[in-house]
Amino acid sequence: MGFFSGLLDWLDERFPIKAFYKKHFSEYYVPKNLNAMYVFGVLAMLLLFNQLITGIWLAMSYTPTAAGAFASIQYIMRDVPYGWLIRYMHTTGASALFIVLYIHVLRGLLYGSYQRPRELVWLLGMTLYFIIMIEAFMGYLLPWGQMSYWGAQVITSLFGSIPVIGKGLEQWVRGDYLVSGVTLGRFYALHIIAFPILMGLLVYLHLSTLRHVGSNNPQGIDIKKHVNKKGVPLDGVPFSPYFITKDILAIAIFLFLFYAVIFFFPDGFGFILEKANFEPANPLITPVHIEAAWYFSPFYAMLRAITFSLFGLDAKFLGMVVMLSSVLIVFFVPWLDKSPVRSIRYKGYLSKCFLCVFVVSFLVLAVMGSLPVGKTTTWVSQLATLGYFSYFLLMPWYSRVEATKPVPERVSP
Amino acid sequence: MEEKINKSRRRFLIGSTTALGVVGGVGATVPFLCSWQPSDATRASGAPVQVDVSKLEEGQQVTIAWQGKPVWVLRRTAQTINDLPKLNAQLVDPFSSVDQQPAYADNLYRSIKPEYLVLVGICTHLGCSPNYQPNSAADDNAQWYGGYICPCHGSRFDLAGRVYKHYPAPTNLVVPPYYFKSDRVIVIGIGQNAKGEV
Repeated sequence: MGFFSGLLDWLDERFPIKAFYKKHFSEYYVPKNLNAMYVFGVLAMLLLFNQLITGIWLAMSYTPTAAGAFASIQYIMRDVPYGWLIRYMHTTGASALFIVLYIHVLRGLLYGSYQRPRELVWLLGMTLYFIIMIEAFMGYLLPWGQMSYWGAQVITSLFGSIPVIGKGLEQWVRGDYLVSGVTLGRFYALHIIAFPILMGLLVYLHLSTLRHVGSNNPQGIDIKKHVNKKGVPLDGVPFSPYFITKDILAIAIFLFLFYAVIFFFPDGFGFILEKANFEPANPLITPVHIEAAWYFSPFYAMLRAITFSLFGLDAKFLGMVVMLSSVLIVFFVPWLDKSPVRSIRYKGYLSKCFLCVFVVSFLVLAVMGSLPVGKTTTWVSQLATLGYFSYFLLMPWYSRVEATKPVPERVSP
Repeated sequence: MEEKINKSRRRFLIGSTTALGVVGGVGATVPFLCSWQPSDATRASGAPVQVDVSKLEEGQQVTIAWQGKPVWVLRRTAQTINDLPKLNAQLVDPFSSVDQQPAYADNLYRSIKPEYLVLVGICTHLGCSPNYQPNSAADDNAQWYGGYICPCHGSRFDLAGRVYKHYPAPTNLVVPPYYFKSDRVIVIGIGQNAKGEV
């Protein structure tokens, strides 16, 4: 017996590595018909890891004070060896993570990955997404540029719109009469310690619940129904090596694109690093054209779209409620979808139409949120907000009444 | 001796321990939550500030920081003051019925002296600082005699800080407490009472 196999046995007696590897890799069976839409989960993991490592390195040279923050970013960009690369990996990584997550969620909506028995995987994933949004928002303040500052000012003002307790809550969140160095200090602590720990926990829960119920597939067929004598699904192949190989290919292609952006378009034409953020924060002057980071743009457009009061609640509070509900409503999809089939392939005409309406509305809102506010952008945003919500709110109706196609028993080759 | 489980005693012990545990747990979070309140140093930055208005030209505005917030002092022209009542129909709250100003500034001009307007330069929608646009004709308003336009969500205010209808900001801009120390100097952060005394 060689030294390493001996060491492995010694470890295995004390901590069951071999059983773990079998359960989660070599004998974890994944549907054989997974397509390219199924690589975005592992890409999201890769990007979270990228954010963690580059974030630790950035924290080594960053100063979390109102006086020092902006200058320390310049120091990282100009003086720290490879500081520019590490920072661009972090900023581009944040944008890439949202692209990947939006496709990952769309995959879930397309193939009904949220349906029984995967409701908990969906809920934990959405919670993770919500926390990543807050994490990104807090990280955005740290460069202490004009866009950082006024973005934080707008979002913390949302607390102020809550009736009765709002004003006090707003001051409590900021620790000052308006966003200041005090706010920067607490956002920094939450951004680098509290939320990463929370995200790590949620990634663990998201993955372990997924491993327990197994992956869905583009046809939405339950592969556990047809097993051989050993209990191995006939339409499944082991995760290791088949899906690991596939994931590695996806990662290679992704990294090619990722570094192309980092090396040639690090500011993403003003979408990854906004122009106004090259100016230090000034609490007395708001830049003329302010917009949310592109990945919040659809939600920001919905906030702006509410320009009317209703039921005695003012537009400001309603805007916040609409924006918050637009994220929260996605949590409820497993219970809004009454369809007997999972995948869009077997759903009816209405489901397909509404999914298109949803995707188009989301993209239109993203564009509207990045344009200066005006009469046209306002009514287009209002229309798109209706489209966005109709997908969810009408789902119990259209998923029930439409005719579905029969789902095959076995996965097609 | 026969073993007998006293269930009601168990329930009482579990219940009382849990209750005390919860009280202790909640108590332990108090310092952490209160730690987020503005500190004394932050509160001290809310001390009053003085502005010399003698050098202001007609139509000129200065921005100063009070509590870290932008505060505008505008010297209005006679034309501006005459135009204010013409806008009433287009405004959400032309007569300042919502309490966004001290009693001594609760008038048509929203100021102590009609000539000088003092406002907290923070949009009542989501806290951006609107831009002073004294002349430029606004694109989609029939009547525009100058005012403030918020770059974030497009809310519009007239030159008394009153909000236009059909924009997201719900209320007029805030008038901070202030008084005239002399004809030349305004103190922002301390108000005068109704009789005009400091």
